[in-house]
Amino acid sequence: MTLMTRELRASYAFVERNFNLTKRYWGWEVAFLVYAVAGALAVSLIGKDQGSDRLLLTLVIGAVFWNYLSVVFSFIAETVAWERWEGTLEYTFMAPVRRYTQMVGSTLFAVAYGLVHTVVVLAVLALFFELDLSRANFATGAVFMVLGSFSFIGIGIMTAILPLMYVERGAQMTFVLQSVLLLISGVYYSVDILPGWMQVLSHFSPATYVLEGVRAGLIDGTGIGDLFGDVWPLLIMGTVFIPLGVWLFGRAERYAKRTGKLKRVG
Amino acid sequence: MTGLLEQPKTDSAPQLSLPMAQRQARLRPIETDGVPALLAERVTKRFVVGRKRKPVVAVNDVSLRIPRGEIYGILGANGSGKSTLIRLVSTLLTLDAGRVEVFGHDIEREEMAVKRVINRVSVDAAFFKKLSPHENLTYAARLYGMDAGQAKRDAIEILARLGIGEKRLSRPLEQMSRGMQQKVAIARALLTSPTLLLLDEPTTGLDPRSKLDVQAFIEELRDTHDATIVLTTHDLDEAERLCDRIAVINDGRVVVEDTPDALKAKVAAERGLAPTLESAFMTYTGKSLDDDLGDDDKDDDDE
Repeated sequence: MTLMTRELRASYAFVERNFNLTKRYWGWEVAFLVYAVAGALAVSLIGKDQGSDRLLLTLVIGAVFWNYLSVVFSFIAETVAWERWEGTLEYTFMAPVRRYTQMVGSTLFAVAYGLVHTVVVLAVLALFFELDLSRANFATGAVFMVLGSFSFIGIGIMTAILPLMYVERGAQMTFVLQSVLLLISGVYYSVDILPGWMQVLSHFSPATYVLEGVRAGLIDGTGIGDLFGDVWPLLIMGTVFIPLGVWLFGRAERYAKRTGKLKRVG
Repeated sequence: MTGLLEQPKTDSAPQLSLPMAQRQARLRPIETDGVPALLAERVTKRFVVGRKRKPVVAVNDVSLRIPRGEIYGILGANGSGKSTLIRLVSTLLTLDAGRVEVFGHDIEREEMAVKRVINRVSVDAAFFKKLSPHENLTYAARLYGMDAGQAKRDAIEILARLGIGEKRLSRPLEQMSRGMQQKVAIARALLTSPTLLLLDEPTTGLDPRSKLDVQAFIEELRDTHDATIVLTTHDLDEAERLCDRIAVINDGRVVVEDTPDALKAKVAAERGLAPTLESAFMTYTGKSLDDDLGDDDKDDDDE
């Protein structure tokens, strides 16, 4: 068997396993989806209430794209926490699988899951509101979604090391980081209204550039060529964060093996 | 699997304890020459635990040489370092000192090669409990690069031998008893045809019937499968029944190592005690079995 075949099978193991888990936890999946749809609707209804189509679109885009990015982020970031909770972490780490193979599998499923989740949210919002997308440049939206995915995958991998290093607190830190990204990225408002120090932080969040780019594309019809200021930070983040994340994951694994943190707790 | 069930079965009717004379002869020889299945030289592992950052030596200067085909028992109280030693060989911990080789592969320099030839069954059957045995085993098989279809056929074969029918393979594992889950864990380990199988208290907490099933299966493996087995256990009868040699480990150190018969003879000749493994265990560890069951696990390493 070639190395490539072996690694592909191993990658697919994570896709299939996560699919099976999603299927088995279908009740929770429905609950999460209802919560996501309700949250997106509740926020978007503020725009309707204000009678502003632009505000409505701004909020809908924020709700839909944040839903996608946060689902991808949390699925990858919780890779380790999930296995620690199930007690399978040692078995996965004992298997002859390279970390990037594991990450590819986890990421593929996370993106597919995020897309399905987001399409459902988007469909419900589209049924609820008459969205004016007459000027929308969908290509711009798609490019930013792809670029944003790479950045969030990288951050997700870097965050996944926290539960490796800190048995319980790591999962808590992941949750806090996700909350901070929501706050500073201008998901439902412009980052210009944030305090100065928060605006500085917002430059380090890929979601800031994704949402600015998507809004410019879908609301104003701006082409990708005119949004280079939002594209290049995402290109850099995507290029740097993923390899950096895999490298850091390897270092964290080494630390966990040195200190005995892979062991099941609870 | 390499002919796991095609080989002649032994005639063992499961019994908890068999006197030396009744212990069945092994069908496969131990290869004392050549590259050992497991070689540990002066292995040491420390953990820093508690707020005072006090280092605890979990494994202290341990050396072992286990030839291919042997069932090697490790006896010791909770916290004596048995599980840490197994985790070190499993590549789940890094060494602080010493070196370990599995079939000649250094576990630090050739980690991936080692991972391909080992597998481990621990005291807790760690699975995705919502998933079925079939889903869990397919996941494990794919991680090792195996074909899922072949893995399923092998799993059915192994689990049938352990008394679990095919129709149970689709139900969530959480609906199975602890004993059945442990049998699935054994099947998972065997699916990948490991040549070094690490069994870390595989029968602890099992009901008597399941314990006998697992012990009988280990005997069958010994005789039909090209595997070297390292077995940690609290059960002295189990150790006597299954192991070719036994090491007694205490406070991270190997305090004595020999065949079960030699250990019993030694304690009888030197101390005038009853020639039992329990006498040997108490003599070399200074602990009774009651102490053994009551101690906390020193391996635990909280944040």
